[in-house]
Amino acid sequence: MSATTASPAEATAAPTKGRVDAFLSTLGAGPIALAKELRALLAMLFLVCRLCVTGKKNRRAFFEQAHQIGNKSVFFITVTMGFIGMILVFQAAMQALRIVPDLTMLGPTFAEILVRDLAASIGAMMLATRVGAGIAAELGSMVVTDQVDAMRMCSADPIEYLVVPRFMASVVMTFALLIWAAVIAFLAGMVTANVVFEVNFATFANFMLVDAGDLIVGLVKCLAYGAAIPIVSARAGLTTFGGSEGVGWATTSAVVNSSLAVIVLNFFISAAGYLIFP
Amino acid sequence: MSEARPQPLYAVPFAVIGATVLGIADQVGGMAVLAARLLARVIPPRIDRFELVRNLHKMGVRSVGIVAVTAVFTGAIMVIQAAPLVMRFDAKPVVGWAAGFATLREVGPLLIALMFSGRVGANNTAELGTMVVTDQIDGLRALAIDPLSYLVMPRVVAMVSMLFVLTIIGDVVAISGAILAAKALLDVDPQSFMNSFVALLHTWDVMTGLIKSVVFGMMIAITSCHFGLSVKGGAPGVGRAVNAAVVAAASGIFVLDYFFTYLLG
Repeated sequence: MSATTASPAEATAAPTKGRVDAFLSTLGAGPIALAKELRALLAMLFLVCRLCVTGKKNRRAFFEQAHQIGNKSVFFITVTMGFIGMILVFQAAMQALRIVPDLTMLGPTFAEILVRDLAASIGAMMLATRVGAGIAAELGSMVVTDQVDAMRMCSADPIEYLVVPRFMASVVMTFALLIWAAVIAFLAGMVTANVVFEVNFATFANFMLVDAGDLIVGLVKCLAYGAAIPIVSARAGLTTFGGSEGVGWATTSAVVNSSLAVIVLNFFISAAGYLIFP
Repeated sequence: MSEARPQPLYAVPFAVIGATVLGIADQVGGMAVLAARLLARVIPPRIDRFELVRNLHKMGVRSVGIVAVTAVFTGAIMVIQAAPLVMRFDAKPVVGWAAGFATLREVGPLLIALMFSGRVGANNTAELGTMVVTDQIDGLRALAIDPLSYLVMPRVVAMVSMLFVLTIIGDVVAISGAILAAKALLDVDPQSFMNSFVALLHTWDVMTGLIKSVVFGMMIAITSCHFGLSVKGGAPGVGRAVNAAVVAAASGIFVLDYFFTYLLG
């Protein structure tokens, strides 16, 4: 921090030292900004969780947001996850046929990997674009049209009134949507395996490889993504500045950051899951 | 248009389905028209060189970091997901091939395209949308500058070429991530990882992923420019357009991915 503030003054005094300082401050600026952002996100997560328990329950806003986040994403999730199921089975069967001419293990393996990882993670990437961009665009437009400041003047906490219903709705609806995503992807994969590779439906729909560990890891992922997406996007939306261009920037950063959050959380939860349930 | 008469209940599902289909057809048609108008400007090539270079830098060079982060985690996740299977079948010698096949053909291009769509596509929609709501596009027309060849063409060319290059970089980084994860989790020697990788993968596997990346690039470019240019209604309109653009780009990428997986098989 001190290097950033000191570098311009020292650059005039001693050019060589200034250059080293400038180099160090560009090197450190990224990690410092990242750490600050992470701290702000965690603070917001704790605040929202506390308000979920102690705050006023606004049932109407919750259902409105649940409809907006959940019901309106069903079509999108169905289409994308249907195609993902077909692609994955097609790709996996071609890969398997290169070593073994037998596809009986295709269905069980697909079910296992779908439950443990792919349904939750790819579905959450999709929701990060739709839900994340929606939350950031909505909150961002409220900020640039001064509606959030007006709320503060009425001593209404924007976090409590705007973020908490979205957070609760997203946790519940993401959980439900990701389970639906797994069902759709599995059905689409089953049809593809039957039509293209002539695998029996009964042979394919075999869940013998899915154990409790897979299920727990998958459901933990659903919860974690459902909590991460609204927090990251709401922060992007509430820190908007600068008119319609600012709304665009906020929406972009909401999509990018919540997708990154999904990928990074996936890595840590998968690694932990592999170590706990080998 | 008889707003006064209430809709009978049995007609509601049909009305919803019809409205959805008409809405999708409207957007797809708009994108096709935009693509055709851009195609008409390809020969002879009319493209603003300064805008092109600026966009190549902004869209390509500035995205290297985020693509590298996505790719390194993707490669590592592919190995973590393959790990239980590898242990069960004692298939340590082929883990390089398994991770490489999935990453290079499918997951790498797909995830990199999704991140690119979120960062560059959304940003592009926001930028063009802001220009539309502040009447800058009409300003260009008033100066007899064609907005398509001055603004849109350089962006489309930059997005398609940069996604192609970023996918190559991402592939390399993802394989490095996979090698690290295989060493850390499964204790697979990097040498044996590379052996199975080189021996069992064909050039065509890499080519498939790269062809897909060009197709995804075109999809992202056309959707983001179309939604940006058709913004209506101030700052909230820009937000809505960005939202619609990323959703349309993601759906389009998945649909095209299926067909190209099938075709390039």
